[in-house]
Amino acid sequence: MPLIINGSPAPVPHDPRVSLLDLLRESLHLPGTKKGCDQGACGACTVLVDGERILSCLALAVQYEGREITTVEGLAGENGLHPMQEAFIVHDGFQCGYCTPGQICSAIGMAAEVRRGVPSHVSADLTADVALTREELQERMSGNLCRCGAHNGIIDAIRDVLETRETAV
Amino acid sequence: MNPFSYVRAVDSADALRQRAGHAAAYLGGGTNLVDLMRETVARPEKLVDVTGLSSAITQSDDGGLLIGAAARNTALAEHRVVRTRYPMLARAILAGASGQIRNMATVGGNLLQRTRCAYFYDTDGSHCNKRRPASGCDALEGFNRNHAILGASPACVATHPSDMCVALAALDATVHVEGKGGARTLPFIDLHRLPGDHPDIDTTLEQGELITAIALPPLTFASRSNYRKVRDRSSYAFALISVAAALKIEGGHISDARIALGGVAHKPWRAFKAEAALQGHEATEPVFRAAAMAELADAQSLSRNGFKIELATRTLIATLADLAGGAS
Repeated sequence: MPLIINGSPAPVPHDPRVSLLDLLRESLHLPGTKKGCDQGACGACTVLVDGERILSCLALAVQYEGREITTVEGLAGENGLHPMQEAFIVHDGFQCGYCTPGQICSAIGMAAEVRRGVPSHVSADLTADVALTREELQERMSGNLCRCGAHNGIIDAIRDVLETRETAV
Repeated sequence: MNPFSYVRAVDSADALRQRAGHAAAYLGGGTNLVDLMRETVARPEKLVDVTGLSSAITQSDDGGLLIGAAARNTALAEHRVVRTRYPMLARAILAGASGQIRNMATVGGNLLQRTRCAYFYDTDGSHCNKRRPASGCDALEGFNRNHAILGASPACVATHPSDMCVALAALDATVHVEGKGGARTLPFIDLHRLPGDHPDIDTTLEQGELITAIALPPLTFASRSNYRKVRDRSSYAFALISVAAALKIEGGHISDARIALGGVAHKPWRAFKAEAALQGHEATEPVFRAAAMAELADAQSLSRNGFKIELATRTLIATLADLAGGAS
């Protein structure tokens, strides 16, 4: 069974050492997903698997047979950019852009977690609806580093999407 | 990374069979093992993927909770019963790693993750008894700010990195394992071991044994529990000190307590001395202080981590005071 990458099938690599990240970049020529630290510390390689955000650098591709992988290349639809992509542009959510594909995929996965009520380390009440404070979004995005320091714009963009463009996500 | 073969186990019997006779390792989410393999700290010749085994989280007949070892950390933290009846467990999981890693990492894998001691990872230039037995320990006189203050040995001063395990130690959890001798259970606090002369051995599991589930007892007073973590940055960092605690307070007096410390030892540290010091006493700050002092009485610092003894004492007092403050 192949992996499904942005809607298209891709064969499972013969060598089980190949990470999902290397499969995307080296074999499938989808360079949008970035290799930052390659050890699970920076979040630049974040992709969505069946809608959940994971780190593709720590994922052996062979483990993801039959799963639906979405990378930044797969976010835009027929009507243009994904709302999260648009919001990152509007709010200057990047400078050099290297962490941006991971930030955007992470933010989309995080939004789904918020919608189903997953609490965070800073949630005062573990059972209440998630309050979309800056502190909440910063905590939930702490796995994505930005060395340019665009975090304020990133949080603004995510808040904008969650508060005003929510229905479009 | 050395070459290896990969196979996906369909059930626990299949996993045991695939694992037998090989220099093999069970693979969960891979968030620690893949990194260790890339750094050549771990070199299994075969990976047996056990993520397809039970990930179910179900309430058991005794009112407790049975957690399949393949459950993802996020799934456990967001489970309604965990959030309401074992808040220290939800809080401990949410204090660890990042959202992406919690989505990948399994509960079983969390238990078996290795220390993050930098000398353990440095295969090229450092001595480490955990990585290579009898080769020495560079942390003893090196950068040991994050290292152990309780239960260490001259062979190893590493700490266990998990947050979740600190809560499981406090909650009297039980570990379900299967091996060639059949199925057995063991108390969670007996799963991990102190380093002694064999820091290369993290747990009491037999060769090839597979963790299949974790069981939580009902422990109804754990609905008043918390996990407090102190670290160098406010998110996505390992603990310097952490405390998981549950208090049962009746008429202003402590009638039961469960406490464990993280970041202090080679294993999640169940604080039996502190629990005993609280038993029957008033829920007041002097009592909490006495309990913390009792638990840390045997603590020993290294060249750079002396602050941890005071930090552990204060964090324990503060956590208990917060819990008592919610008393009615």
